[in-house]
Formats: sequence, C-alpha cells, structure tokens
Amino acid sequence: MTTTAVPPETRAEPDIATISPPPKQSWWRSLAQNWPVKLVVLVIVVIWIVPTLGVLISSFRPPDDVNASGWWSVLPDIWNTDWTLVNYDDVLSSEGFGNSFLNSLAVTIPATVIPITIAAFAAYAFAWMEFPGRQWIFVGVVALLVIPLQMSLIPLLRIYTTIDLNGTFLAVWLAHTGFGLPLAIYLLRNYIGSLPSSIIESAQIDGASHFQIFTQLVVPLSVPVLASFAIFQFLWVWNDLLIALVFLGGERQVRVVTQALAELNGSRGQAWHLLTAGAFITMALPLAVFFSLQRFFVRGLTAGSVKG
Amino acid sequence: MVDVGDRDVATTGLSDPDRGREPAERSAPREPEPRRGLGVQLLRVGVSLVVPVVAFLVLWWATDLLRDAEANRIIVVGVALLIGVLGVFGLYIGMDRVVNRLPARAQDAVRPFVFIGPALVILSVYLLYPTVNTTILSFRDANGEGFVGLDNYVDVFTQEQTQQALVNSLLWVIIVPLLAVAIGLGFAVLADRLGKRAEAVSKSFIFLPMAISFVGASIVWRFIYNFRPEGFGEQIGLLNGIWTGLGNEPVAWLLQEPWNNFYLMVIMIWLQTGFAMVILSAAIKSVPDEILEAARIDGANEFQVFWRVTVPSIASSVVVVTTTIVITVWKVFDIVFVMTGGEFGTSVVAERMVTEFFIFQNDGKGAALAVILLLAIVPLMVVNVRRFQEQEATR
Repeated sequence: MTTTAVPPETRAEPDIATISPPPKQSWWRSLAQNWPVKLVVLVIVVIWIVPTLGVLISSFRPPDDVNASGWWSVLPDIWNTDWTLVNYDDVLSSEGFGNSFLNSLAVTIPATVIPITIAAFAAYAFAWMEFPGRQWIFVGVVALLVIPLQMSLIPLLRIYTTIDLNGTFLAVWLAHTGFGLPLAIYLLRNYIGSLPSSIIESAQIDGASHFQIFTQLVVPLSVPVLASFAIFQFLWVWNDLLIALVFLGGERQVRVVTQALAELNGSRGQAWHLLTAGAFITMALPLAVFFSLQRFFVRGLTAGSVKG
Repeated sequence: MVDVGDRDVATTGLSDPDRGREPAERSAPREPEPRRGLGVQLLRVGVSLVVPVVAFLVLWWATDLLRDAEANRIIVVGVALLIGVLGVFGLYIGMDRVVNRLPARAQDAVRPFVFIGPALVILSVYLLYPTVNTTILSFRDANGEGFVGLDNYVDVFTQEQTQQALVNSLLWVIIVPLLAVAIGLGFAVLADRLGKRAEAVSKSFIFLPMAISFVGASIVWRFIYNFRPEGFGEQIGLLNGIWTGLGNEPVAWLLQEPWNNFYLMVIMIWLQTGFAMVILSAAIKSVPDEILEAARIDGANEFQVFWRVTVPSIASSVVVVTTTIVITVWKVFDIVFVMTGGEFGTSVVAERMVTEFFIFQNDGKGAALAVILLLAIVPLMVVNVRRFQEQEATR
C-alpha cells in the first residue's frame, strides 16, 4: 500500500523536465503539467491522515453506531450524522483518563524541567569552567549516549524496590532525567560552548560570578536550544509507556495516559467508542504542541537523533 | 546586570564546540592556579556527592507525602509539580550559597563540581552502574544469584521464541528504515516541486504522526486492522471494509503469520516517514541550484540529475536518518506489546526483553537480551554522533 510512493516519482520526471528551463507559461498550464506530482502527493497525504481521521470521527459517534458500521459510512452525509461527547465523558470519568491526564502532567513537566536544569549547569561547566579532567568527563558523558534504557531497567527496579521508591513520581522523574541527560548535556554543551567568548569574559571582568553569568547571560542566550530539547523531552516522556509501566506500576491512582490506554486496550479491546476517545485524549496535548511550536518541534526531533 | 549587546549571537548557532575551551584557558593565567591541598580535593568530592544525596532525601521525603492515596488528585499533582520543578532550582541556588561561604581559594576549585556534580551522580546511578550490573546479571540465573556462564546467551540464540524475536527484529530493522527513507525521500522530492504553501501543508500532514505515542499509534492501527468473523456484523475496520467491499472474505490480519509482522511494521513506517522526510527535505534544499542547473545544461534529464547529483549530495543525511530509524526500530517495544503482546509469531527483541524480565521475572535472560540490544547499537551510534559532530561543525 505504502510502497507506491517511489515509482510514481520517476514517472513524473519527464513532465518536470519540460518545465525546468521555465519559459513563460500560463498558470493553468503549469498546473496541468504538474498534475502527476500533485496527485501522488495528495494520495500519500490521504493515506497518512486517514488512520487518524478514522479515530477522530469514531470518537465522536454514538457507541452503538461505532460498533454497527464503519466510520467511513458517515462521510457521504457528514452534516446529518449524530455527534456526541458521551465517549469522552465515559473515558475521562469512569475509565479514569481524567486522573491519568493529571498524572501525565505531574510526571512530564518535572521530568522535562529537571534534566534541562541539570544539563544546562553541567554544560556551562564543561564549556566555560576550568577543572581537571574536564575533556575526559565530557567524552565519558557523550559515550553514555549509546546505552539503551533497557540496560538500566533491571538494576534500577532492584534499587527502587530496596529503598521503596517504586510507584512514585520521583522514581519516574529521576529515571527520565537519567536517560535524557547525556543527550541534553551534549546538545547544550555544543550550543553554550559556541557562544562568543568575549561576552563571557567581559562579564567576568565586570565581576560577575559564574552563577550570575549562567543564570543572567547564558540561559537567556540559549533559549532556542533549551526550547528544542524541552519539546523533545516533553514528547518523549508524555508518549513513554515502558518507564511508566516498570517504575510507576499499574495502580489506577498513579498511572499515566499511555498506561491507561494500554490497559483499556487489554481489558476492553473491542470497545472502539472508548478506545478511539481514549487514544485521542492521549494525542491531544502532543498534537497541540506540534501545531503551535512546529519549528522548535522539528529542531528538537532532529537533534534527538542521537538519543540512546 | 551585564549588557548582552547583540542578541543575535544566539542565532549564530552551534559551531565548533572546542572554541569554548579557549577563554577559560586564557583566563587561567589571570588568576594564578591556587595550590590545592587534600582538604580542597575532599571538598570537591563532598559537594559532588553529598549535596545531591541530601537533595534526593528531601525529595524522597516529600514524595512520601504524595503517596497518600486518599488525597485529592489535583492537589497531589500540584504539589508534585511544585516540588519537582522548584526542587531542582532550589538545589543549585542552595549549593551556590554554600560555596559562597567557603574561603575564596576553595570556591574556585569547588564550584565546577557544584555545576556538574548532580549530573555526574545521576548518570552514575542511572546509566553507568546499571550497565555494569546488567552485564553481570546476564551471566547469572533468573534470580540474579547463581553464576551460569553463557547459558542465558545460549538460550537466547537457541530457544525458539527468542530466535524468532531475533529474526523478526532483523526484518524490522531492514524493512522499516528502507521504506520509511524511500517514501520520505520520494515525498520530499515531490513536495519540493509544489508551491510553498502546499509544500508546507502537505509535509506537516506526513510529519504529524511523529507527535503520536507508539501506544496511540497502535490503537489507531488496531482499528484499521479490526476483524469480525462473517455473520458477526458489519466490518468496522477500514482494511476489512475495503477488502470485503472488493468481494473477499474478511481477514484477521493480525493473526496471519508471518505477514502480521509486516502489518505491525507498517505502523512504524507510518510514524517514522515524517522524520526521514523532514531531514531529507532540508538536505535536498541545501543542494546548490547552480550544480543542478549545470547538470541540466550538460544535457542530463531530471532522472539523471536526481540520481547522479542530488542523491550523492545528500548521502550523509541519508546515512544519519537510516541509522537513527534503525536504532529506534531496534528498541521498539510498545507497538508489539499493545498490538499482539508478542503472540502469533510477532515477538521482537526489545519486547522479549521486557517480557522476560517484567512478566516472567527472569532477570538473567532479560539482562542478556538488554546486552544484545546494546551491542548492536554501539556501532550505529558512533556513526551518528560523528556525523552529528561534522554537521554541527559546518553550520
């Protein structure tokens, strides 16, 4: 189904070749000549959004309708269909997604702020402070990028069980901090290290301490990279299932939205009116972030290509 | 306090990281290196370790309060946010205050360790120690006690279920990156020929799944693959809707071994194509127009221009994208876990690792699988970090 993308591109080439030394053409003519490209793009876009669209439409249909007919059956007569919020009501209250949404916020926001803060201080020290072993420690931190978090699960669960930290937000914050730190330090060190040394030096001559230089000069100048990493980490934590599953446990009181959705999928796998609404609740915030902060979002994700 | 002058410095972007080394070294002679006695050395280690540990204990005590299951959830969440966010700021401000009270000579020596201390402690506890520990556990039995030599590894490579997981993972890391990069590249090239607005809109639709969690995406696609035996009502899964519309019998897609593996891979392709597309699109746009024009004037057709000029110019980006997707795919656990639970011949290594360790409580075998995950990633990650470093250097 999805493999159709490449061959049409080559088929489209001759048309484009005739355009490329562009003589004056009327707009309809260029539109007509470009149509194979436009058609292929349109087909791929439709294939890509139809899955999400189906979930969105189903989540607003009455439960009986969802289970009686395919969601596409509303399309011919979309204005005359019954729409309802009852699925969202059910999922948020009786299935506990409302609670889980709050828990997800309580997990995600500190699990984003803590690693950024710790990494920013460390990155500043690696870039602008003098201490023995600086280069080697930094190389060591970068080397930790290769370690997949699966390597840490078993020993950490053992430690957490020993000190009775399992099932707390703190356990999850610190785990996400640990797994996010190498990338964060690496990215921030690259950026902070490239700030012009003249600024830092003149501040030092003015008598500013490292703490002042960091908080009042370096942090404001590093907003772009901080924002990119913040978005990357926020989505990473919000969308995570594995760490929540292992360290937060399955208790209804503390579980996050991804856990709630996975559990609903396990217990009521054919209740599509609930599953679609639940899926949309978990997606809502990331999608909002995506649409509002697309530029930082793309930068964050591309920078995230070195996360272990 | 300090006049920043030109705010645009922030946009000069990431460049040679070594440039940052100079000023600190240059400034070193200004303040003659103080003699550092044993006391100062101990102080360094002290602040690196003690302060984070104290902070941890305070946080721990605070979360104890949060365990009260009866408390109002909104209040609990609010308190958690306050503690989590303010706690980390407070840690550094407090540590800075403490250091300021030290004698001036000790301050300079100790302060860098206040800045990197918490990071080093967390990295040691959460990555360094576990890596060593997991490696040791992989040579021990299910409880992590008796030494069993290479038994766990032998099991992984000889038992049917893990063998299948290895084969499936191998198929995943070949097929998913290949298709995601091919579709992403094809789409980037095509979208490049559209108007600016149409290009931006169409690209954001392809990229949108990147925002969705693996769990969410799994639900989205389980709905597509949904199956009802004939006579149990209308098909509500899109695929069976189309399939039966064409006059066929409905199919339980996720039970069709071995094809169900491919149906799960489609989810990952759907998620990752946007990533490939965005990076490759940026690479294509950075190929200078003059080179393309020169090739055209020399009589190359568009097909030749693409394969002989564009593709070689973006080769480095293609490598980065491919290795990144390979790593992501290699570690994927959620999709298989949610869609099939590893049943029906769909198990993969990362999913197997969690199942062995978390469900079957076999720490030894779980650890062996984790080590296998790590070993396969190391060379790829080295490639990625190198390329990333090169890119940053040329920006």
